[in-house]
Amino acid sequence: MQLSREELVGAYRRMATIRQFEERLHEEIKTGEIAGFTHLYAGQEAVAVGICDQLSVEDMIVSTHRGHGHCIAKGCDVKAMMQEIFGRAGGTCKGRGGSMHIADLSVGMLGANGIVGGGAPQAVGAALAARLDGKGRVAIAFSGDGACNQGTTFEAMNMAVVTKAPAIFVFENNHYSEHTGDAYAVGTARDIASRAEAFGMKAWRANGCDYFDTYETMRELLDHVRAGNGPAAIELDTERFFGHFEGDPQRYRGKGELDRIREERDCLKAFRAKVAEAKLLDPADLDAVDAEVAALIEAAVVEARAAPAPDPATVADDVYVDYY
Amino acid sequence: MAIMTIRDAILQTLHAEMERDPDILLLGEDVVGGNGTAGGPEAIGGIWGTSGGLYAKFGPDRVIDTPISESAIVGAAAGAALAGKRPVAELMFADFVGVSLDQIWNQIAKFRYMFGGKTRCPAVIRLVYGAGMNTAAQHSQSVYAMLTAMPGLKVVLPATPADAKGLLTEALRGDDPVMFFEHKTLYGVKGEVPDGDHRQRFGEARMVREGGDATIVTCGRMVNFSEKAADKLAADGIGCDVIDLRTTSPLDEEAILDSVEATGRLVVVDESPPRCSLAADICALVATKAFSSLKAPPELVTGPHSPIPFARELERAWVPSPQKIEAAVRRVLAAG
Ligand SMILES: Cc1ncc(C[n+]2csc(CCOP(=O)(O)OP(=O)(O)O)c2C)c(N)n1
Ligand SMILES: [Mg+2]
Repeated sequence: MQLSREELVGAYRRMATIRQFEERLHEEIKTGEIAGFTHLYAGQEAVAVGICDQLSVEDMIVSTHRGHGHCIAKGCDVKAMMQEIFGRAGGTCKGRGGSMHIADLSVGMLGANGIVGGGAPQAVGAALAARLDGKGRVAIAFSGDGACNQGTTFEAMNMAVVTKAPAIFVFENNHYSEHTGDAYAVGTARDIASRAEAFGMKAWRANGCDYFDTYETMRELLDHVRAGNGPAAIELDTERFFGHFEGDPQRYRGKGELDRIREERDCLKAFRAKVAEAKLLDPADLDAVDAEVAALIEAAVVEARAAPAPDPATVADDVYVDYY
Repeated sequence: MAIMTIRDAILQTLHAEMERDPDILLLGEDVVGGNGTAGGPEAIGGIWGTSGGLYAKFGPDRVIDTPISESAIVGAAAGAALAGKRPVAELMFADFVGVSLDQIWNQIAKFRYMFGGKTRCPAVIRLVYGAGMNTAAQHSQSVYAMLTAMPGLKVVLPATPADAKGLLTEALRGDDPVMFFEHKTLYGVKGEVPDGDHRQRFGEARMVREGGDATIVTCGRMVNFSEKAADKLAADGIGCDVIDLRTTSPLDEEAILDSVEATGRLVVVDESPPRCSLAADICALVATKAFSSLKAPPELVTGPHSPIPFARELERAWVPSPQKIEAAVRRVLAAG
């Protein structure tokens, strides 16, 4: 592992930002102030950060309904995201999209998506576009263990293989699609990577609750794709710490399951333990990062709460670039 | 008569009809819920609460949790119907019709005609639709106009618990494909539901109230909004006929034309964008068949020509409101 001190602190900061962002939303949603559906990414931080840490701002990602983590990892502005989720005019998407539709093309974040399976084909197109530019950029589709069952995902994988698109299919297997287990819904014995292999691309598997395993595995994968070998896939075994959406009673969970995964599969705890053991970082440094992040999230919430709502007169703006 | 919610009317009708007809099966995402988890099957009975207890009673061959695969869900319903069964397929949100559209548009709608009238395709597709919960552009749409435009499909939109029961029973006993729209904000609406067998014929609109000065034609959630507007207007001595279409295909032309011929004024309220909408369709019907009875240009109360936004203030601006309906009625009255 050749990560510098700065890189390690940065990785921890991004993961902690996602965690605190989501934990704060979990509290804020209870007040009733935030409308609509919110799907929290907590538990899966090592995936988004372990992957996006190796992308340039020109590389592109396509996200899901559970997109806050991907957005933060790719560099979206946290305060603007908070405003978007609060439905404010100053939000990333002017309050029109909300939690499920955050996009910021200036940082290569092509959009969260409310349609499960909507994103994978778009990543193929983005990858073909990237190839046309010849700068070695890649495009990544994040999909869940639920989205891996959509026909669109299958079509995208095959099309990426036959066109040799520099597309990467990231399967975040958190073992649930809404209230159904991957043991039931993923026919290939809970194994998603083997599907990608069957379509004719190389696939990797990693522990999505471990930043270092995700990072290392993804580095190999990226070398493969950037070398012009066409698409690739990675399946990450990970966990979601909250309900499917906020308000989900989670009756499908086993007894003690949440406590266990929070104890044994927390990527932030694992990160802290590893860097302390290897004497790479001092725990006090990470405590300081936590405090900085807490201040950022607090400011984001305070500002979002006070920010103006969108003007109802703008409801039909931005439908077209021009229309005549 | 029992008082119950639309949610319970749908759930109880599914129980009763599945009991009566062993050929009915239900397919959809999380209609059982909990499969493949520690909680086990039926840990959740459908995210809208419209399939609780079905799995326990009818078992895994008739109540089938599917992967997230809308194309295959609707396509499987098509195949099961061709094979002689009566599938009910649930689209958790009507917007996902986009994922499954070929199976509805080119397949289910066309079989009977294309195959020379030799087949039946009694598939019921349940679509949870509508704005009002700030679920933004991909989870709020009312796609009934698009499906009404497609020959071969019947399109049904209950606005009351009694109609939920009557129309769903009719759908499950008929032999044509039915697009059964359930408004996500109406599930909790309570009302009287007839006991025992209750079928509501398609193409028979409900005259919600008679007033004589203007005709409001509408469906779904907008029925209630139109009634609110009509209450306001009644306080000023303005009487409205309010017509709940119940089904947009077939369409009760007679109810619309009779009322407009009496009032001479038409307001159509439609929870969708205006172009090629139900509102435009009703307006064309009246313009071609009752032009001479019109005293004023019709008013269409719809959303704007835009997707549905997330923020509360924007969604409220998008959705037709009782205030907008009231203003439209006042305009048709002022115009003649
Ligand atoms: C086309 C479509 N079908 C169904 C849904 C409803 N839905 C939203 S998220 C979800 C589960 C997705 O599971 P997965 O892909 O594993 O992602 P996770 O929620 O675990 O992040 C479902 C069924 C949807 N939004 N879009
Ligand atoms: Mg999942």
